[in-house]
Order: sequence, then C-alpha cells, then structure tokens
Amino acid sequence: MSVAESGWETVIGLEIHAQLSTASKIFSGSATAYGASPNSQANLVDLAYPGVLPVLNMEAVRMAVKFGLAIGASVSPRSVFARKNYFYPDLPKGYQISQYELPVVARGHLDIVLDDGAKKRIGITRAHLEEDAGKSLHEGLPKQSGIDLNRAGTPLIEIVSEPDMRSAKEAVAYLKKVHTLVRYLEICDGNMQEGSFRCDANVSVRKFGAEKFGTRAEIKNINSFRFVEKAINYEVARQIDVIEGGGKVVQETRLYDPDKGETRSMRSKEEANDYRYFPDPDLLPVELDAAFIAKVQATLPELPDQKAARFVATLGLSEYDAGVLTSSKELAAYYEEVAKLLAGGKEPSKEQAKLAANWVAGSLAAALNEHNLEITESRIDAKRFAGLLARIVDNTISGKIAKDVFEAMWAEGKDADAIIESKGLKQITDTGAIEKAIDEVMAKNPGQLAEYRSGKDKLFGFFVGQTMKATGGKANPAQLNELLKKKLAG
Amino acid sequence: MHTFTLAELATKLRAKEFSVTELTKGLLGRIEASQSKLNAFVTVTPDQALAQAKAADAAFAAGQAGPLTGLPLAHKDIFCTRGVKTTCGSRMLDNFVSPYDATVVSKLNAAGMVTLGKTNMDEFAMGSSNETSFYGPVKNPWDTALVPGGSSGGSAAAVAARVSPIATATDTGGSIRQPASLCGVTGIKPTYGRVSRYGMIAFASSLDQGGLISQSAEDAALVLEAMSGFDPLDSTSVDTPVPNYAGTLNAPLAGLKIGLIKEFFEKGLDPNVEKLIRDALKVYEKLGAKLVEVKLPALPLSVPTYYVVAPAECSSNLARFDGVRYGYRCQDPKDLLDLYKRSRGEGFGAEVKRRIMVGTYVLSAGYFDAYYLKAQRVRQLINQDFKRAFGEVDVLIGPTAPDVAFAIGAKTSDPIQMYLNDIYTIGANLAGVPAMSIPCGFVRGLPVGLQICGPHFGEAKLLNVAHMYQKETDWHRQMPAAFKLEKLS
Repeated sequence: MSVAESGWETVIGLEIHAQLSTASKIFSGSATAYGASPNSQANLVDLAYPGVLPVLNMEAVRMAVKFGLAIGASVSPRSVFARKNYFYPDLPKGYQISQYELPVVARGHLDIVLDDGAKKRIGITRAHLEEDAGKSLHEGLPKQSGIDLNRAGTPLIEIVSEPDMRSAKEAVAYLKKVHTLVRYLEICDGNMQEGSFRCDANVSVRKFGAEKFGTRAEIKNINSFRFVEKAINYEVARQIDVIEGGGKVVQETRLYDPDKGETRSMRSKEEANDYRYFPDPDLLPVELDAAFIAKVQATLPELPDQKAARFVATLGLSEYDAGVLTSSKELAAYYEEVAKLLAGGKEPSKEQAKLAANWVAGSLAAALNEHNLEITESRIDAKRFAGLLARIVDNTISGKIAKDVFEAMWAEGKDADAIIESKGLKQITDTGAIEKAIDEVMAKNPGQLAEYRSGKDKLFGFFVGQTMKATGGKANPAQLNELLKKKLAG
Repeated sequence: MHTFTLAELATKLRAKEFSVTELTKGLLGRIEASQSKLNAFVTVTPDQALAQAKAADAAFAAGQAGPLTGLPLAHKDIFCTRGVKTTCGSRMLDNFVSPYDATVVSKLNAAGMVTLGKTNMDEFAMGSSNETSFYGPVKNPWDTALVPGGSSGGSAAAVAARVSPIATATDTGGSIRQPASLCGVTGIKPTYGRVSRYGMIAFASSLDQGGLISQSAEDAALVLEAMSGFDPLDSTSVDTPVPNYAGTLNAPLAGLKIGLIKEFFEKGLDPNVEKLIRDALKVYEKLGAKLVEVKLPALPLSVPTYYVVAPAECSSNLARFDGVRYGYRCQDPKDLLDLYKRSRGEGFGAEVKRRIMVGTYVLSAGYFDAYYLKAQRVRQLINQDFKRAFGEVDVLIGPTAPDVAFAIGAKTSDPIQMYLNDIYTIGANLAGVPAMSIPCGFVRGLPVGLQICGPHFGEAKLLNVAHMYQKETDWHRQMPAAFKLEKLS
C-alpha cells in the first residue's frame, strides 16, 4: 500500500544551508578554502579571543541578495544580525551570529516540475545570512576531542521553505532546483560531500483533507539527494506506524543514519536549547539601498527557468529536454556550443537544435553519469561532439553507427572523422554498391523472395536487415529502403 | 615630577628638564611603593616601559617627537596588550597573555606614549567599588579604608595618587566617572562609537566605551584626540572626524546654556554633595552661563533598564570563556559539561556569575519580551529625553555620584545599594552620549565629582566646559596627603 493509498498526506519543508563562495569569512579576514590543515584558517576573531569584534563581509550580503532576487523574493532594506546562544566546543564565541527576526531575504519561491509534467510552486519563507560552526574531530584522538575552527565563520545562507512539499520526490526536486540555482548564481559550489550544501527536513503526516499539520520531526544530516529521499520516506512510514499503532508523534530532532537507512531521535522539544536570540550589539543593522540592490540585479545571469523557456521557445526543444539541459549552467553552455557549431556558428535550426539536444541529453549525459563526471570533465569536448553530429547530418554515418563512433570517441579521445576513417564506418551512399548487396541477398534467399512477392509484405524487414548486415551496417538507411522496394518489386 | 599634569610634562620633556627615562623610572618607583597601599596595578611592565622610554628619548634627540611622545600612562587591564598579561580582573584570564594590542593601545603606542602597566579593576568591569577583582580591592588614595569606586578603580587610584599621570579606562554604566568622582580626578566617557572597542574585553557591547582618567580636562583632550576615531575593526565605531580638542579648551562660556536635571536633585542626593554642585554652578554663572532646569522623565528608570540590558549582553559576551581555547580550565574535567561547569564556576567571581544568571534569565523564552524588549523600549525613551534636553541646552550638569567614597565591604552584601551608586551615570551610557566627571570640592575630606554631559560627539564642548572650570578652581590639583611626596615610603 502506497502512502497515498493509506490515506495519509506527507508534509515537508526544507531548511537548506548553502555555503557562500566568498574568499574570506563572513566576519573575519580568514580564508574559507576547504581541506586546509586544522586551524590554519582561524584567526583571533574566529577563535573568539577576548576583545575581538566581527566585521561584516559585504560580499556575503551581495551573494544573499543575488539569491533573493533570483527567487523573486523581497530583499529587506534593513536586516539585523542576532546572536543564537549555546555552548559547544566548535562554537568559539558561545553564540552563532545569525539573522532571526529580520532576515535579508523574505518571501520568494521556486517552481518544480512534477512527474506528470505539471509545475508546482514551492514557497520560500526566508533566506538569512549566518556563520558556520567549526568541526569536532574524534578520529585518531583516543579519549580526546579535537576542534578544527577552519570552517568557523564561513558564510552560509539558510534557505527556509514553506511546508509546501507533499512527497520525498517533490522535496528532492526542490532541493535540486535550489542546488542548480546557487551554482548558476555562482554563490555556492554546491559540493554536498564537503558540506557546502546541506539540508534538514521537517516532516509530518496528516490525514488527507485535514486542515492542521501533524506534529513534525526535524531530520538532520541528510547530505545527498538520495539520502533526502530515503530519510523522508523512512520517517513518513515511521510516523504513520506510530499513529496507527495508537501513539503520538513527538516534536523532536532526529538524525538520519545513512548506513542503517533510518532516523533516530537526537533530542526532544523539551531538551531543545533555549537559544536566547537577541540583536548582536557588535554589528550594525545591514541597510541596503535601492542602488545596491539594482547593482546586484544587474549581475544576475540568465536563470535556469529562463534558459529552459528560451530553449523551448526558440530552439523548439521539449520541456523535458530543456529541463535536463539547463540542470547545470555548464551543461547548458556545452549544449548551446554544440548546437551552434553544428549550425556553422549561426543560430541552429530546430532540427539541428533537436539533434544536439537528443545527443547531449542522451548518450553524453548517460556516459557522464556512468563515469560520475561533470560536463566540464567530459572526455569529448563540444567541438568534437559537434563534429560527430555533423557526420550524421551529412549522411556520412547513420545514427546507429554514430553511437559506435561516440563510444570510440569517448574511449580513445579522437575526433569523429578519424574514427570513421580508421574503422571504415563511412556510410555507403553509392547506389551501385547498395544494389549489388541487395542482388546478393535476393539471390541467397529465393524462398523469402518468392513469399514476399506473393504478398507477404512483412518480409520487407527481413531484407532490410540482411542487406544492412551485408554492408556492415553502413548502408544509408533511406537509400537502402528505396532501392530495396524497387528491386523486390522486380 | 609626579605633581605635573600631562600637559606640563609634555612641555618639560620638550624643554629637556628631564628625560623620558628619568620620568619613567620615577613613576615606576612610585608604582612599586604604592602597590601595597593601593593595589592599583595588576601588572607593572618596567621592561617595556623603559624600552619605550628609551625610544622616546631617542625621538626627542632626533627632533622627531610628537605631542604625546614619552608621556607615560597606564592601561586598564581590560585593554588587550600584546605579550602582556591581560586579566580583566578575573581568575578566568589570570593566565592570559594577549597575542594582540587593542586599537586604543596600538594608537597610543604609535603616538609614542610609555605604558607603565595594567591597572586593577572590578572583574570584567562589573562593579562600582573595585571589590570584585580577583586581585583584591583597590584602595582609595584619600583614605585606604575606602573604596576608589569602580570598575576603573585602579586607573582612578593611580592617577589620584600621581603614580601615573593619566590612565585609560572604560565606562559601561559609570565605570570611569564614578571612580573619578570618588578619587578626585577627571574622567571622560566619550560618545559611544568615538573610541574603538576592538581589543577592549567586552562587558556590555552596546554600552561599553573606552575613555580616560586624568588630572585635568586639558590632559584628557590631548590623549583623547590620539585614541579616538573610526576603526575598521569595530563596526560600531563612527566614521566622523576627530576634532582638535585642545584647540577649543579656552572658548568663552558666555551664553552657555546649562541644563539641570530636575530628577537628579529630587531625592537620594547627599545635601553636602548637592551644595558643592550648586557652588560649581555659581562658578559657571560667573563665567556667563545660564542655568535652565530640564526634565528627563524616563531617566529615573535608567538603573532597572541598565540591569536588564547590561547583564543580557554580558551573559552572551562571556560565553566565550569556556575553558576550551584559553584562560582558566578546571583540573581533570570528567566530560564536556564538567569542563564547562567547573571552568566557569571556578573561573568567574560571584558578581560576574550573578550578572550572567540575570542576563540569561532576561533573554530566556517567555521572559524576553517582559524584560529585554521592555528595557530596549525604555532605553529609547531615555534616548529621546536626552535628545529633547540637548535641543534646549548645551550641556547637562549635576552630580556624578550620590555620595563620597564608602568603606570597603560596606555595600558588598547588598547589590542593589551598590547598583544605586551609578544612578546618575548610567543614563549617558544608555543614550550613548559623552559625559565627564571633574572634582568640585570635598565633603568630610573626600572628593566630590561634578558630572558634565553633552550631546553625541560633543566631547570638544565638554572638555571646554570642564577646562574653564578648572582654570577657575584648583580642586583638580589637590593631592591625597599620603601621596604628595615624591618619594613614597
């Protein structure tokens, strides 16, 4: 029985933390590079020495504003940093500087595409700036804990959605959408393994038609798209079990364990910290005037949705292909370059655009996926890829042969022409040669020929196959069809 | 040499009547001799002082001396000093050697001043009597059975006893002005944002302001100019030009409108103190000033407002002292919680703990609106009161403290009585306006301070008003008998 059939509706909201790609930290001049030796990127401010003070890095504000503008949100002319107070060794000041009552970005949205192709709007309540904490290290330190404060003070935006998602799939679609967007905007590298992009999910269930939300659990530590889906599905099933077993879901924070594929309780609402938020007196409110916002607006690139719409409108792509091709800025750029090269540097025709789309979103995407590579790491560059497609267009090779050429290009790193040449894959378009092959096939199969001629039309396919085989698959399919029809007719 | 003001010392050094090294040695000797009586210093830095003195003498010899070159001073032990223990009067930082200089310290170092040492203070600047210091109470040079006031009691006692001609200090609720008043010296708390707070260990960030305790307004003018100004390391410092304070010290006061805060004369003020304030006002009238009574109806709410805002900020500011990275750490912690609890429990004194608890309480869920938010609203009202008053008058003048210095131990068991000592000073911190205290006479042989308060960035006017009074009177040149002689026994 699926969740929907059981009569329960899932309600999900996501809190996404995206590390901003500033060169230095949000309140100090330390570098933010990942992977440096422990505490080599922590200065006196990051270490919270007595007497030090935070100074806001305006680059982080600029990036947050960029995000706000890209999700159609309102950018607050005045936002305030607050202190979130709690004790933990990786939090040197004993408080995290965050934004509480007045975040820099509020009330935006993103649209996701559902399985049936319909669009759904996900509301974004707010996006606020805050500093990251350091890390506790336990490996190789028996009976001790190490603290690495390199990450302490790295700027984050926390993007808080409305509880608008109704399935784990929707949550993943939304998360991917945000992931794509922050990379388009070049404000976050999106690296989930290094923790530059992470998410917590608020999950609850209620009976379909119920007005009130159920009690929610917050799931932490879900750091891949796959885990998000698994963790939410696990949690939904758990909550339904609890309720159907006569119990009550308690408000709590739960930790996802990717090894066991389950969530488990971390702390209940009663155990939750009272963070004692109050405005940070060390920092002035952030006042942004219209000129600043306009300047940021001018730096916005073409956004994924805008690009996809353009691909549909001017290149005639399907919504689906446009969606796949715009899922990353680099992929879209690769695609556009291939299509343009195919058109000889001019605007591609719809046919050229479609051919390029099929191949980039098809074979190339599959190969990248199989080898776990980004488009920027593709073994075939756009120029070579366009060279392959050009041979299809000019009938040098058929689409089928092109697949083999593609694989050889991927494996050998040569261009299409060299492979076609060396492997003798050039399509046979010489009428005489094709006719000769047909004659041989007809001679070898007199029985089938007689049956065909007596009206068994279905055997046409047999002759196509045999002739293709005889030419090593290189016969131009259209020509072959035409000549075969004539010859078979006698 | 010890009887000279800083301005006089500057003239004499320039005239080569004595060298910076001679002056420095003399003062270091006085500090050493006074320590057992006053306990004004936590750390004395003779090596550094003599090195700085030597450099200053070389600058004089080379004709490269600036206006402050070679002038000695002491820093309140709340200012971080590179390579020197910086304790903030707390066991928590008893082992803390700062790896950097506070902006104030680096500015005054760059001006060529000579640092004699670090002055004692109430722990984390929380106190009005200097009795909360881990290093023991500072004593009042006028009577060592009495408190010097606080929290900058070490700086005030050092200047009053003429063991340092001037000292830096900080003021969160009166911590410069009240000890200045009780020790018979001049104290100035500048406008919030005038002096960088970078490297000044935070008590209550929205109220803390660095300033000076000096022998005269003229001395304060010289050093304040050098230590003020915008600091890119302190977002709350204000980017507005620093005037030449010494240049306007002698501006005539004819037509000056002096506001008398009605509420300050109503109750709780010692009648003898009040008489001295009235006498001082007569001096101003003689100088051509006009007296106007003004009402600041929200001002009587300053003490309760302050004791919500300041502890709230302090509870958060002091969270960094957790025994993890520096400072006091308890012996053999069992686990993380034990480390936190015992390091903080053993490292902080009673008054600091009291304020952390109050602050934690007022910020807690369910109490935040009733305490913190309400206090912020009252703070706005107090702000508006001052703004309105400065629309009518140029300065406000009144008492600094309700009474003269009290006996050590007299108020330690009653925090409320202790807190009420700051009843006249806290308003300026809440409003962020500058204020001074200058000596204006004696009651029972003990000094009394006159408070002068001005509008935001009105330091030049305050110093002018104080200086003109000090030209007419010699209260600021009085010295406690036990410290008059050059050689202290």
